[in-house]
Amino acid sequence: MAVGAQVSSWPLKARIRLHGTPNVDVRLELPPGITVLFGPSGAGKTTVLDCLAGLRTPDEGEISSGDKVLFSSQRRIDVPPQRRHAGYVLQDLGLFPHLTAAQNVEYGLSGSDSRVRRQRAMEWLERFRVQHVAGRKANLLSGGEAQRVALARALARGPEFLLLDEPLTALDLPTKARLMDDLVAWNRENPIPVLYVTHDRSEVYSVAERVLVISAGRIVASGRPDKVFDSPQQLAVAHATGYENILDAVVIAHHADVGTMTCRIGPELSLECPLGPHPVGARLRVAVRAGDILLARERPNAISARNILPATITRLERRDMLVIARVRTGETELEAHITPGAVQSLELAADVSVWLVLKTHSCHALRD
Amino acid sequence: MTTALLVSLKLAAIVSAALLVIGLPIAYWIAFTKRRWRFLVEAAVGLPIVLPPTVLGFYLLVALGPRSPLGAAWIRWTGDPLAFSFTGLVLGSIIYSLPFAVQPFAASFAGVDRNLLAASATLGASRWRTFWRVVVPLSLPGLITGIALSFAHTLGEFGVVLMIGGNIPGATQTISIAIYDEVQALNYAAANQAALILLVLSFVLLTCVYGLNRRWSGWPWR
Repeated sequence: MAVGAQVSSWPLKARIRLHGTPNVDVRLELPPGITVLFGPSGAGKTTVLDCLAGLRTPDEGEISSGDKVLFSSQRRIDVPPQRRHAGYVLQDLGLFPHLTAAQNVEYGLSGSDSRVRRQRAMEWLERFRVQHVAGRKANLLSGGEAQRVALARALARGPEFLLLDEPLTALDLPTKARLMDDLVAWNRENPIPVLYVTHDRSEVYSVAERVLVISAGRIVASGRPDKVFDSPQQLAVAHATGYENILDAVVIAHHADVGTMTCRIGPELSLECPLGPHPVGARLRVAVRAGDILLARERPNAISARNILPATITRLERRDMLVIARVRTGETELEAHITPGAVQSLELAADVSVWLVLKTHSCHALRD
Repeated sequence: MTTALLVSLKLAAIVSAALLVIGLPIAYWIAFTKRRWRFLVEAAVGLPIVLPPTVLGFYLLVALGPRSPLGAAWIRWTGDPLAFSFTGLVLGSIIYSLPFAVQPFAASFAGVDRNLLAASATLGASRWRTFWRVVVPLSLPGLITGIALSFAHTLGEFGVVLMIGGNIPGATQTISIAIYDEVQALNYAAANQAALILLVLSFVLLTCVYGLNRRWSGWPWR
């Protein structure tokens, strides 16, 4: 089989139940292309990958790649990892430290002619632009080189599906971006299912066609990244995707004519939210991204946003190119993200009075 | 005295070679098994460390003697008794030195990063291939320590050899027993000569082991 010639467009299907910390109970159906499995640490992401690769055995379930059953608790099938044809890049990569980069790639190649294997390994290293470190021991590679070698090693075998466990953590941004481009380009030529685990929101938008959000061992949302991240419907999704402000609320009025509803957050604070299937009197939560809150020094008028609230800044904290502003409105404390430039030109500081501006569609009413 | 030294060296060489073959699978099992009764096997392997050599030697003598099933079978098969023979000595020494090989082997196997084993499996490598290509190369210091310790331990053993080997010059008289004989005969000069050889030999051996391990621990992946 020639390098990269194996084109499998079989989807990967799995139903996995596993007792542990956390209990995992997921259903996946992965089409060819990159699907991100997104969730906080401890949500069970690595457990799912280990089950797919055959390194852990689910208590119950079924896993199949195309028409091949890899695991079935009912039919007592459990194909060992050696014969699952999975490419798996472990979180710590698992490069063999006593072997060179080229030997690491060769390790997984079959065929008796060592010259042919060596040449194929070199082709893969070249493809991921690390041919210059071919003779270097794996433990002497830089973070970015090691990631590339690990990817080359996993792909050189022509896997039927690819599992990546946080493959880009610990890389600086430019290195990350280049590697993501290479990965996406490779997957376009070799459309196999790729399950890409991360807890970094920025990676999701760059690589994923689809995202699955996992929280406490369950898939709580799935779909296009912008849909899933920008309009969460469930509390678990808002938590998992890092919404900074999640507020307890009660629905106090419906305005069907304008498509909104009023949710009371505190004694002096109400928010206009998009109308949802929540009856008046229902207790729910409202999630607002810190980046969706605008700050103004004077009360804006003639503005489309429906929520304009008086507030006081309690604290400003600078992180890189971002300022985290803690603001208090009524008895509610909110987090808003603004730029250092805004702080400067509005002369913002602790104890300064401001107006908060929130669009209706930035306020997401959540089911539990 | 030279004969006794040669018997000792031959015994130590055969025993450490045999322990490499026997010790690797036992150590592999101890390092990787998930069975709950692993500790029982570990305790059994470790027994020779704490038992007085005379106790071990006594039981071995009974087990190898012509009235035991093993001893009787051996006589039927070869015509010679197992007790008080060089072969019997080899068998006894293997058991006596077992922990000195198995424990360093198992400790170094257990120290190999499990993620490397997982990676190897997903790359299609069988357990056998993973063992030889990943586990063994990364456990070399422990393997060398185990071999050297069992060699040195066999070279210096006394009680067990005396119990099951008898004291037959040229066959089962090892150097440590020869030294004892010379002292009993008040032949201190000869005893001193032999003792010094043993001392220097043991020191050189241990120096090599610790020296090698130091070099390895300096290797960046350790």
